[in-house]
Amino acid sequence: MAKDNMKFNSRDYSLKKSSPVGRVICTILLIFWSLVNLYPLFWMVTLSLKDNLQINVTNKFGLPKGWPSQWHWENYTHSELGLLTRVPVFFKNSIIITVLAIGIALVAAMMASYTLTRFQWKASGAFNKMFLLGITVPVQVSLVPLLVTTSQLGLTGTRISLIIPYAAFSLSMAILISNGFMDNIPKELDEAAYIDGCSRYGVFFRIILPLMKPAVSTIGIYSFLQCWNELIIATTLVTKEEMKTLPIGIRNLVGTNKIDYGMIGAAITVATIPMVIVYVLMSKRIQESFIAGAVKG
Amino acid sequence: MNRKSSDTGSIIVFLLPAVLLFVGILVAPIIISTYYSVFDWRFPFDKVYCGFKNYKTLFTSDWYPLWGSIKNVFVLAALSLLIQLPLSLGLALMLGRGIKGERFFLSVNFLPVLISTVVIGLLWRRMYDAEGGIINPILRSLGIIGEENIQWLEANGDKLLMACIIPMLWQYVGYHMLLMYAGVKSVAPELREAAMIDGATPWQVDRFVVIPSMKQVLKVSVIFSVTGSLKSYDLVSILAGDRTSAAAVPSTVLMNTKSIGLYGMSSACAVVIIILCFVAAVLINALFRERD
Repeated sequence: MAKDNMKFNSRDYSLKKSSPVGRVICTILLIFWSLVNLYPLFWMVTLSLKDNLQINVTNKFGLPKGWPSQWHWENYTHSELGLLTRVPVFFKNSIIITVLAIGIALVAAMMASYTLTRFQWKASGAFNKMFLLGITVPVQVSLVPLLVTTSQLGLTGTRISLIIPYAAFSLSMAILISNGFMDNIPKELDEAAYIDGCSRYGVFFRIILPLMKPAVSTIGIYSFLQCWNELIIATTLVTKEEMKTLPIGIRNLVGTNKIDYGMIGAAITVATIPMVIVYVLMSKRIQESFIAGAVKG
Repeated sequence: MNRKSSDTGSIIVFLLPAVLLFVGILVAPIIISTYYSVFDWRFPFDKVYCGFKNYKTLFTSDWYPLWGSIKNVFVLAALSLLIQLPLSLGLALMLGRGIKGERFFLSVNFLPVLISTVVIGLLWRRMYDAEGGIINPILRSLGIIGEENIQWLEANGDKLLMACIIPMLWQYVGYHMLLMYAGVKSVAPELREAAMIDGATPWQVDRFVVIPSMKQVLKVSVIFSVTGSLKSYDLVSILAGDRTSAAAVPSTVLMNTKSIGLYGMSSACAVVIIILCFVAAVLINALFRERD
């Protein structure tokens, strides 16, 4: 009896050590769901290398035969669509806008967190709640006011007209995460610095900021998800081709041209591959940063 | 002690950038949108005060299907809670227990989150296509549909809403999975071990130990998926267009009225969307608090 119990107790929570049946079922389910995630992307790539006949009739599911000479690379290089010249411009715009927006949100959030976690003052709780409430505010509420204001200021179609709203809408989440990280920095460090004659500013720049480095990638990934795909504000404020961000650029490219299915495939593949490469190289870091946000937030 | 006296100054300095951004881009526009929403405003003409006429029109006229759109996002939110989140939780629990290929499965499942929604929309539009698409042939080979191709994206057809909802649910399963995975991993191993020693099966450990201690993460997931549903736009816009009524969401009504210059009407939609989001967030918070 006692021996039985021992055996039972030593059973581990880990699936690696549980019954083979459960393990196999779980693995099958996970593989199935991975295919549901991966196949559409694989199919997207195959689409970009086929002609209409293959797509519609002869080869719906797989890669075309005859690599590489019979693959329809011209879907990528077709001059009418101009993928290889236009998409890099969209990428450049999206990167500039996203990076600056994240930078602004990051700085503003860390500064705000410093007062919210380190100073004792009456309205601190109220401000904290206000910033938190901002997480549920959708970009839609700012649309018409932004449209009217930017055109009054003559800023319609400029990068700054997207950067500032993107920074603002990333801010709440950034403050929430930043608060979590800053709370974990021991207050004794501040005290020691004050005794050594540091001011409030000195402590922020010399003690807090250097220790907030791990927060940067976490805030970065959450803000990135907020900014990179943004469609509503970008569609409304940006009309000039050379200022278009990736989402509206690609949508416009595919929407306005009478083009082959293969070219649509090529356009969305070109827009996706760089992201996938970055993700493959940094997936561990990205996931860990994301997870840190979930735990701290 | 002398630190205190200079605090007011430094509080203002440190808080200023965040407050400026927040008030300028979030708070002020909420007030301005509410103000615009009571004007009959056909841009580029001047606005004329009209009371609640915009709201009345939006909720009664067939041209601006706001009422139907609210029903649609409720369907979306309900399906997120019933299908998307349980799926995410199942994946998170399986992966959280430790299984061969854990890292790989996590990465693959999170991948759609990072891909542009525009790309996903355009991709699914091709997949649904009756001619070159793959959804119809796949369903046929599984025996789910007959010889006839289904026109999933037929303008204002009865399949359109479902066709928009499926990729929306699919894309963010990985997002919630990773949040919940973080929750599973943050449960102290001692708690699980104690339960195992008391004779619980792994399933019982999940049900009675792991899930209850993930409450905070689950709340965040529920709030994000419900408010995300209420303000959804991208995929509907690409799969069904802004002028749809069958698959309308409040944001497509907002974008449609904005694009034809009806700024007052558009602002009224914005006000409705933010009220929906706030009410949902407050209700969900209250529900989770009650469970304590």
